[in-house]
Amino acid sequence: MNTSLILLILAIIGIAGYVTGARHAMALAGGISSKLHSRPGYYGSFVAVWAILPAAVILFVWLVASPMYISSSVRGAFPEEVKTQSQAEQGLSYGMITSIARGMNALTGDEIARVENNPVELRTALGAKGVPLAGDPQPFMVKAAADLNRMTFVSRILMTIVVLGASIGGAFVAYRQIAPRFRARNRVEKVILGSLVVASSIAILTTVGIVASMLTEAAHFFTAIPAWEFFFGTVWDPRFAAAGSGGSEGQFGLIPLLLGTLYIGFVAMLFAVPIGLFSAIYMSEYASPKVRAVAKPLLEVLAGIPTIVYGFFALTTVGPFLRDISSQLNGLVTGDYANFIQAQSVLTAGFVMGIMLIPYVSSLSDDIITAVPRALRDGSLGLGATRSETIKKVVLPAALPGIVGALLMTASRAVGETMIVVLAAGVAARLQINPFEPMTTVTVKIVNQLTGDLEFTSPQTLVAFALGITLFAITLCLNIYALYIVRKYREQYE
Amino acid sequence: MTDVVSPAAGIPRAKSVRRDIGIKRRYAAERRFRAYGIAALSFGIIFLMLLLWSVVSKGYTAFQQTMITMPVEFSQQIIDPQNERATNPQKLMTANYPVVARNALAKLLNVSVDDRVASRAIGQMLSDGVRVQLRDLVVANPAIIGTTQTVRLLASGDIDSAYKGQIDLDVGQENRKINDQQLGWMKQLSDSGALAKHFNSGIFVNGASSRPEAAGVGVALIGSFYMMLIVLVLSLPIGVAASIYLEEFAPKNKFTDLIEVNINNLAAVPSIVYGLLGLAVFVNFMGLPRSASFVGGLVLTLMTLPTIIIATRAALKAVPPSIRAAALGLGASKMQTIFHHVLPLAMPGILTGTIIGLAHALGETAPLLLIGMVAFVANYPTTPLDPSTALPVQIYMWANEAERAFVERTSGAIIILLLFLILMNVGAILLRRRFERRW
Repeated sequence: MNTSLILLILAIIGIAGYVTGARHAMALAGGISSKLHSRPGYYGSFVAVWAILPAAVILFVWLVASPMYISSSVRGAFPEEVKTQSQAEQGLSYGMITSIARGMNALTGDEIARVENNPVELRTALGAKGVPLAGDPQPFMVKAAADLNRMTFVSRILMTIVVLGASIGGAFVAYRQIAPRFRARNRVEKVILGSLVVASSIAILTTVGIVASMLTEAAHFFTAIPAWEFFFGTVWDPRFAAAGSGGSEGQFGLIPLLLGTLYIGFVAMLFAVPIGLFSAIYMSEYASPKVRAVAKPLLEVLAGIPTIVYGFFALTTVGPFLRDISSQLNGLVTGDYANFIQAQSVLTAGFVMGIMLIPYVSSLSDDIITAVPRALRDGSLGLGATRSETIKKVVLPAALPGIVGALLMTASRAVGETMIVVLAAGVAARLQINPFEPMTTVTVKIVNQLTGDLEFTSPQTLVAFALGITLFAITLCLNIYALYIVRKYREQYE
Repeated sequence: MTDVVSPAAGIPRAKSVRRDIGIKRRYAAERRFRAYGIAALSFGIIFLMLLLWSVVSKGYTAFQQTMITMPVEFSQQIIDPQNERATNPQKLMTANYPVVARNALAKLLNVSVDDRVASRAIGQMLSDGVRVQLRDLVVANPAIIGTTQTVRLLASGDIDSAYKGQIDLDVGQENRKINDQQLGWMKQLSDSGALAKHFNSGIFVNGASSRPEAAGVGVALIGSFYMMLIVLVLSLPIGVAASIYLEEFAPKNKFTDLIEVNINNLAAVPSIVYGLLGLAVFVNFMGLPRSASFVGGLVLTLMTLPTIIIATRAALKAVPPSIRAAALGLGASKMQTIFHHVLPLAMPGILTGTIIGLAHALGETAPLLLIGMVAFVANYPTTPLDPSTALPVQIYMWANEAERAFVERTSGAIIILLLFLILMNVGAILLRRRFERRW
């Protein structure tokens, strides 16, 4: 029986359990619901929970565990000469066996009897059924495939019996417990509370998943490339050597990527901070409510535009514009119409990213500036300071820690931004300081290393995880520090 | 009313010499400061306008496509010379349809089919997509072989660009994609009304194609739709459940603090990191297929959860305690209070947050690149486990194409994406306006 059918039957048993449970409770109370501890629906839900929950857990565990068990026992039955091969080759053999097993399900009984004696025919027989094999099967594979099919079949039958048995048994046990004084509501609510806790721990699971997955893959990478060569290397030159050729794997130096990331982020902040900050000041201190009601959402539209759109804007509009204007300028000054700004450059990427960051800076600092108590402003204005003096000498110093926190958060966005730099910053990993030349970033290289065909064993793809964990660590530090500052600041005025 | 008595009567006035406190300078500084603010604000808004204008001006033409309407003779000679279509159905699939179309166009232009050079030039004016167009017509109704039908065919991408005025015609003909002869024909056809721009429904329904005139976002739309469905189905219940626990039940302890810090951090983790997580856990460890919208949906769910949790908690917080007190006072349990009374009142806020989270997920590209959604998919995916692509990923792929006509397509796809985002955000705003309560 397949899994979705089992789930359907579970649901039907659950609904039936709900109805009979509720009726039974009412019958026990003699039709007077006030004699029950809980409302009848809770007795029904109690039965339904017992019918579904344990059975579903068993089903899930079985689905995860049984393929692992079957795979290990099939591998355990490999002949000795196969067991001495490397893990990768054994994996290939196992892959063959699973495809043979899948194909054999499509064959008729006497066809199987024929191919079991003559494994070479198997490939053509399976090919005719639309199951291609990577190579000629060896005799032990056919036997192993038959074993695999048999075990899978037995496991399915057992699973169906156990799961449905658990479901009916659970429903029965719960049904027997129903009594007018039975506290069904409390029991059901405990289950609900449990599921709420599970839901909220998904956040932790995600973080654990991020850190664990990236650390394990990065650890694989660091067995091939020493960590210090990665973290302190100044040359990024991964070579795609063919597997097993023993050729050099190239150099994976993080420094040029990291500097490119920080440089582009710095240029972006150079545009975003003054513009965002001044907009925030104007909107919170000067603008009339009408202007504010129009301008604030307009600026926030900038934050809602997908970054791929900014990337395209940089690629097709800003980049060519900067390139052309630089060649015009150069022509005016020296008479040589060579452009000194490349279309893909630190400046292009930084400028467009700066535009993207304006709303982050402005709305975060707007909140913080508005949170500065009215009394501070009134005091300053009352002493005869102009508005701008009040802002510069009173409001901003008071809001400074919060603004610094907001800027750190914005900086972490700049560091992690991907699509703009992929399209506008270039792919050449270089160590240089000219903002008119292309540089590349950590995120660009993650994308470059992981798009296209990849195998999970070469340093060329694993390096992406080492880059990822670096990126994660940088943004995590920035964010935690920013959160700490913002929280501390908020408490100051509450 | 009595006259106001002047208080200073009789007292000699002090000389009106004021101490110079630099008031002029200070007021000038004030005006300057204010001007900086206005300049910054207008800079931001101007760039918003510039960005939208640059996309729209490049992209609106993508919704029109140049097509040639002409009588096409489905000649038996070319399609099925040996008359074997009854025995060999493959014949109709592989017949030489481009020649059918080319001959029809040549006839319309009064060019002899035997003039091979001219014939080739005429063939180049038609899209490679005519092969599929004509094939579908013939396969659907083989009876039209031997007859002449009026058919509307796609012009090639270069003719399309030239007709829309996107090709600079001042450069010499050896340096541009279409030559003077083809231009002449184009003019002739457009004067006779055969060649004209029509609404381009292909951009909405077609899959990936290496020919710009035949490429569309159909597959990407379906992929994005599947992903949004998965994100909605998973992240809304989980997010709401998590927020209810954190906001209403969680005791103040280390564990809850840890969850809180975690959620705030996850909201700020770069999206590409989620892509790495999806690749390592869902694709590599769990063995789910690459390029599948199911995996994309899972990754985007994890990414959207923090947004939804933060919005939901704010909405729950906004429900006044008196509601809870009243329900508890009437004997409801805490769970009943929350699910029967607090949650329905918080629902508009929760839905608004969810829609905004979904809109963010819809525009997200980077994590999808890593789980292999950068794929050339020409066929519609039937389930979320089939290879598919997504709208922003399609934009990324087109942005990397070199041909001029793809710039137009890319902008067109961006306009479609932005329209969806505007629709979602307007929906969120209306929802908030309609149902939001001030307590």
